[in-house]
Amino acid sequence: MEFFKAEDVVKDYAGHRALDRVSLSVREQSVFGLLGPNGAGKTTLIRIINQITAPDSGEVYLMGRKLKASDIQHIGYLPEERGLYKKMKVGEQALYLAQLKGMSRRDALRNLKKWFEKFEIQPWWNKKVEELSKGMAQKIQFVTTVIHEPKLLIFDEPFSGFDPINTKLLKDEILSLRDQGSTIIFSTHNMGSVEEICDHIALINKSKKILDGNIYDIKEQYKLGEYELETPELGELNPLFTANGFELLETDIRGNRQLAKFRKADGESNREILQKLTGTLDVSAFREVIPSMNEVFIQVVEQANQKQ
Amino acid sequence: MNKALLILKREYLTRVRKKSFIIMTLLVPFIFAAMTILPAWLAMQDDHEERTIAVYDGSGIFLGRLESSDYTRFHFIPREEYLRVKEDLKSSPFYALLFIPPNILSANRAQLFSDKQVTIDVKNGIDRRLEQILEGDKKQTVIDQIGIPDLEQKLAATHTNIQLETIKVGEQGETVKSSTEIAMGVGYIAGFVIYMFVMMYGMMVMRGVMEEKTNRIVEVIISSVKPMQLMFGKIIGIGLVGLTQLAFWVIIGGAVIAGVQTFGGGEGVQSVQATHDLMSTPGMAAAPMVQEQQQNMAIEVIDMVGNLNLWLIVGTFIFYFLGGFFIYASLMGAVGSAVDQDEDAQQFMFPLMLPLIFSIIILFPVVKNPEGALAFWASIIPFTSPIIMMVRVPFGVPGWELLLSMTVLLASIVGVIWVAGKIYRTGILMYGKKVSVKEIVKWLFYRN
Repeated sequence: MEFFKAEDVVKDYAGHRALDRVSLSVREQSVFGLLGPNGAGKTTLIRIINQITAPDSGEVYLMGRKLKASDIQHIGYLPEERGLYKKMKVGEQALYLAQLKGMSRRDALRNLKKWFEKFEIQPWWNKKVEELSKGMAQKIQFVTTVIHEPKLLIFDEPFSGFDPINTKLLKDEILSLRDQGSTIIFSTHNMGSVEEICDHIALINKSKKILDGNIYDIKEQYKLGEYELETPELGELNPLFTANGFELLETDIRGNRQLAKFRKADGESNREILQKLTGTLDVSAFREVIPSMNEVFIQVVEQANQKQ
Repeated sequence: MNKALLILKREYLTRVRKKSFIIMTLLVPFIFAAMTILPAWLAMQDDHEERTIAVYDGSGIFLGRLESSDYTRFHFIPREEYLRVKEDLKSSPFYALLFIPPNILSANRAQLFSDKQVTIDVKNGIDRRLEQILEGDKKQTVIDQIGIPDLEQKLAATHTNIQLETIKVGEQGETVKSSTEIAMGVGYIAGFVIYMFVMMYGMMVMRGVMEEKTNRIVEVIISSVKPMQLMFGKIIGIGLVGLTQLAFWVIIGGAVIAGVQTFGGGEGVQSVQATHDLMSTPGMAAAPMVQEQQQNMAIEVIDMVGNLNLWLIVGTFIFYFLGGFFIYASLMGAVGSAVDQDEDAQQFMFPLMLPLIFSIIILFPVVKNPEGALAFWASIIPFTSPIIMMVRVPFGVPGWELLLSMTVLLASIVGVIWVAGKIYRTGILMYGKKVSVKEIVKWLFYRN
């Protein structure tokens, strides 16, 4: 089911278009990756979802209805630029932020207790934030983002500044929140984490959406028809590959094995390629190269920039 | 609970609970009281020192006529002793040595020797005594020459002292005893208090906004509440902190003054009188008269303070206090939102503070002439009116002027809040960019 939808959203700042007719659709209970280079307009879109700013034209829907002021309590937002009041005590502050999200003091206390136990951070309750390390403060920030059990969670560069242990903790929590029913929008440059946790992505470049869809479909779509092959035969391979209509990209001899990277001609199936090669070559390994999200990202953005 | 209220509560409580706030609130009235009482107390301390002054009277006029007071005694010595003492003042038992030359009547000159600088009270006391004795003698000579009986008493009877009562006639012809001095005092204090609080608490708003911006918590908060709720919650919360502090100061100050009047006050007044004693003619029964006069004056002061339209003053004070605070605090908040660092705030703060500083500069001219053109315009223009109108109110201001000033102030507050809100909404999300005035003007036309 569609949980969140943006339709032809446009946002202008004095002489600069931040979003140009951007449409998105996020399925319920999925992790949606919002990708794009710096300054592409991701943060503007996120601020529109959080009603920090309003679109100049276009509509935004949540759970099938137009976004309204009270939806704020269904959204949890961890901004890229984030922090806490340094002089305030941890517990008091978490309680305050939860109440600002519309929770009653009692509910907020109950949920906070649960999360503090889960992260084993109860002893911090009466500490001031300035006494905490950066990693500790990040945990508190995460807790205050999810404390009101939001249906939509938005993380803007959540892993920036997190140490590996907290990164893993956060990843696990994001996935477990999804499994419990939350929908997650996840904005990042870190393509590695996109592959690990996103189901769908949209790529925004220079205020326009230039790509979206299921992560596996996209990778499939951006395959370059490249393959990797491993063989014990150490002789010259180029004549054989050229004769079969393949373009040999590079070879590398490692010990008693030779590695070859090549590109197929259009329209051939993997079975046909294998049949052609195994007739003349002793193949010990054969693998189709699927591009990483990082490669897709660079390819798509560079193409888009060249077009202009 | 309403979210703006939640913010207000946090802004208020975190500040009121701060140690620095509590200390300031409790200490300042005492420091203030100490500053008023200390001089009298110090004067009292000085008087306990007993001093003996040796006198060599070459003229023979003063022998036996220099009256000693409680702490200052005069001891007449012959010429040989005078010469000896003068040689070695330090080891002599005398505080100082007074030499009266034989020709004092024509020379009008005497000398006071001492090893240390003599105190001003001692110097003035001796000076006064010599003058009075000589003057009395000369007068007596003249009286004797003219030969009119009881001339001295007749002359004394010509001494005149006029007390000019100022009485204000109200619109219905009712008369109220007024005092220009008291109106001046009340106006000056009220204007200055507003200046101080607007400055102090306006800066507090600015720092609060900057804190949220530099701590990077602001985006988290405005994803829960509207920026205007955050701004208003903060301004009103901090305004209440200011009112709380002022209320405590009034209460504690009142209690301290009442306490001093009950317990230490009499002594203080007496000690001041003791100092007076030494300076004036001793034994002329002046003290009781002065005291009585002072008591009458105190009653009259209380009377006339009561005659000021207290409710009007308190009411307008609260209005202008809050109005001035609102207008400046919202602008200072906008400045805080636009900058990343304290240093960058300076260039915007200076033009903002100019009208405040200007108000303080023209405070004296306005107090002297509360009906003048300067006073009128400065009490209508909204950036100076909170201070200047408050200075004028105790003198009595025509109703329409007060109404005009208040209306202009209220309208300006609405306008200023609109401008400040626009700047604030854009500014708090602007990181790592040094903004110029031109840039800020652009923000005013952003749609949010």
